[in-house]
Amino acid sequence: MNGYLTHLWLIPLLPFAGFLVNGVLGRRLPKWLVTAVALLAPLAAFGLVVSAALGTFVFNVTRCAPCGPPDWGWHHPAVTLPYVENFGQWINAGALHIDFSFVLDQLSLVMLLVVTGVGFLIHVYSVGYMKGDEGYARYFSYLNLFLFFMTVLVLAGNALVMFVGWEGVGLASYLLIGFWYQKKSAADAGKKAFIVNRIGDFGFLIGMFLLLANFGTLTFSEIATKLGQDPGWTGGVVTVIALCLMLGAAGKSAQIPLYIWLPDAMEGPTPVSALIHAATMVTAGVYMVARNHVLFDHSPFALSVVAIVGAATALYAATIGLVQNDIKRVLAYSTISQLGYMFLACGVAAYSAGIFHLVTHAFFKALLFLAAGSVIHGMGGEQDLRKMGGLWKKLPVTFAVTTVGVLAIAGFFPFAGFFSKDAILYAAFQQGTNGKILWFVGLLTALLTSFYMFRLWYLAFLGKSRSPEVHPHESPWSMRGPLVILALLSICGGWIGMERFGSFLAPSVGARATEGGSAQLELTLSVVAVGVALLGWLLAHLFYREKSTLPATVSTALSGPYKLLTNKYYVDEIYGATVVKPLLGVSKYFLEWVVDVAVLGGIAWLLGGVALLAGAILQRWQSGNLRSYAAWLAAGAAAVLLFLLVPWPTVLASLSAIHFGVAGH
Amino acid sequence: MNSLFSQEVPLSWYLLLSAALFSLGIVGFLLKRNLITVFMSIELMLNAVNLSFVTFAHQWHEVKGQIFVFFVMMVAAAEAAVGLAIIIAVFRARATLAVDRIDLMKL
Repeated sequence: MNGYLTHLWLIPLLPFAGFLVNGVLGRRLPKWLVTAVALLAPLAAFGLVVSAALGTFVFNVTRCAPCGPPDWGWHHPAVTLPYVENFGQWINAGALHIDFSFVLDQLSLVMLLVVTGVGFLIHVYSVGYMKGDEGYARYFSYLNLFLFFMTVLVLAGNALVMFVGWEGVGLASYLLIGFWYQKKSAADAGKKAFIVNRIGDFGFLIGMFLLLANFGTLTFSEIATKLGQDPGWTGGVVTVIALCLMLGAAGKSAQIPLYIWLPDAMEGPTPVSALIHAATMVTAGVYMVARNHVLFDHSPFALSVVAIVGAATALYAATIGLVQNDIKRVLAYSTISQLGYMFLACGVAAYSAGIFHLVTHAFFKALLFLAAGSVIHGMGGEQDLRKMGGLWKKLPVTFAVTTVGVLAIAGFFPFAGFFSKDAILYAAFQQGTNGKILWFVGLLTALLTSFYMFRLWYLAFLGKSRSPEVHPHESPWSMRGPLVILALLSICGGWIGMERFGSFLAPSVGARATEGGSAQLELTLSVVAVGVALLGWLLAHLFYREKSTLPATVSTALSGPYKLLTNKYYVDEIYGATVVKPLLGVSKYFLEWVVDVAVLGGIAWLLGGVALLAGAILQRWQSGNLRSYAAWLAAGAAAVLLFLLVPWPTVLASLSAIHFGVAGH
Repeated sequence: MNSLFSQEVPLSWYLLLSAALFSLGIVGFLLKRNLITVFMSIELMLNAVNLSFVTFAHQWHEVKGQIFVFFVMMVAAAEAAVGLAIIIAVFRARATLAVDRIDLMKL
């Protein structure tokens, strides 16, 4: 285990170095140097990950050919997965032993490739997108910081190290959502994301405590071993742990009921939305569930909760996405919906299908977000779909890549989304009667997805321009380059196929028993799914191309549901009335006025008063007047002399004798 | 005449003189406002103590007391050098030697 990969720690450390350089010196360095540091760090990390991947690849080749490694001039020993790198004990207290360890296995390898690869592309894109921004260096230092924490999260060998990365990406997300902190809505959105995530983190923490209490370890592999040794571990405490972890995942991955922060997170710069709030960080919840899949496997109840939450979120967010007019918000709800798909996959124990969708989604959603960024950039900051239109002529490259992205997310063959979505729906369909319901919800979501994505496509790119005073311009090559690469990935990303991907991941997340499945059934389901996507396209065509009055007619005919949707089911308002307002009331009237002002403030004033009073008295001793010091000195000496020279016992005795003598007679 | 001079001066006389000088030093130290007079009062107190030392040395035929006197005189000389230097510096800075008005450490 030398050669390729004795330096797993370098993968997070490189972006961290970039963060330090740009964060500390960024404002004083020339811009080209900031850019170079910011780009080299993720590029080098990506290179390391690729070399790790090649290591496993060479291993596979040599295993097939026992005569020795192929004569390519490099005779590196193979990387055997899972490869554990331990940096020593972190916590060692009583029965609690937690190592600071990284693990590279098939699952983390796939995640790392996505995180560093897509991350690097988005860094390149950002160079063009953030060019004129004052906080250029600050932006890139945050972005590198995000990559650092994300790679720590992915590489973590136990839940506590993962938690470090988990909190860290939350911090980076907060910093980047509120990047334009002078804007109040951006600063508020950052706070909202951070606070809502705390609720999820609470679940994660409780889950960790329960793991420690019941298994005595947080190391993923040891938990799996312990669960495997004793088949009696089912339900009960395992269910509670799994549900707590799911709460954490729901916070990070924006699932019902904690999804509310993600649409607001669109206040950040668009490349951030692409990297953190579409491709990587929000998928951390899915990754965490897959990483702890053994726990979920031992609790059918927790699994069905995951599946139901996922399916409900997928459908729910898709319906809101139908009526949004902000181009980034459409994509935000679409992201929530697609994350729901991933949880649906995990919920039917098809973890590899979920991860597969995670990967393809990272490609096409990053692509769509970056394309939206290119549109916004070209339109001079305009995000309202109603003011766009006819952009295909002005932004040909952006139009082409968006088309690819839309086709991919809608699930058309042979784009990436087709393969992964198909795998999920197929897995759901095999899951008994309830699975059929999940499948149907997924299918309905696919219809809605196709509809709102083509709606966006028609409104933004086709038809006539609705704001002729704006003259859109195509983005620079630093932005178009990553778009083209992501478009290629969105086309080809799924060609590896579920079967090969699943068998690659099997050592990490377990192979799924496929009972009652057949190629025939899979083909039928694919045809149905593509048909549904086509139906969505046709409907969008009808609504936004053929009869442009139709949307208005429908929205007035169904004004009740329409209003419900445009107001996002009033969930923000409900949370505001039931959670935020009572909390604020308690904070204001009890915590602030009673506890803070009256009790704590009173104590503080009391202590201060005592000190002031003592000072007022004692300061007279320090007048600075030499003669008063001398007088005190003389008085002191006189007192000592008095004490030493007068025979006190005799004096006191005679005094008391006089006293008693008087009293006695 | 012979009887008058051959008679020893009693020990208490010396001590009373010493105590009187010491008290005068204290009173001067406390009451005088001029820094130089205050300084001289300190010298007076030191010499009152020296007198006590010499008295007891003579009384007990002990040389230690006399040695102490030399130490005290040496320290007093050093103190006079440093003290006078300080007094000159203070006078240059403040143009006054009234102790009541010299009550701040900083200039």
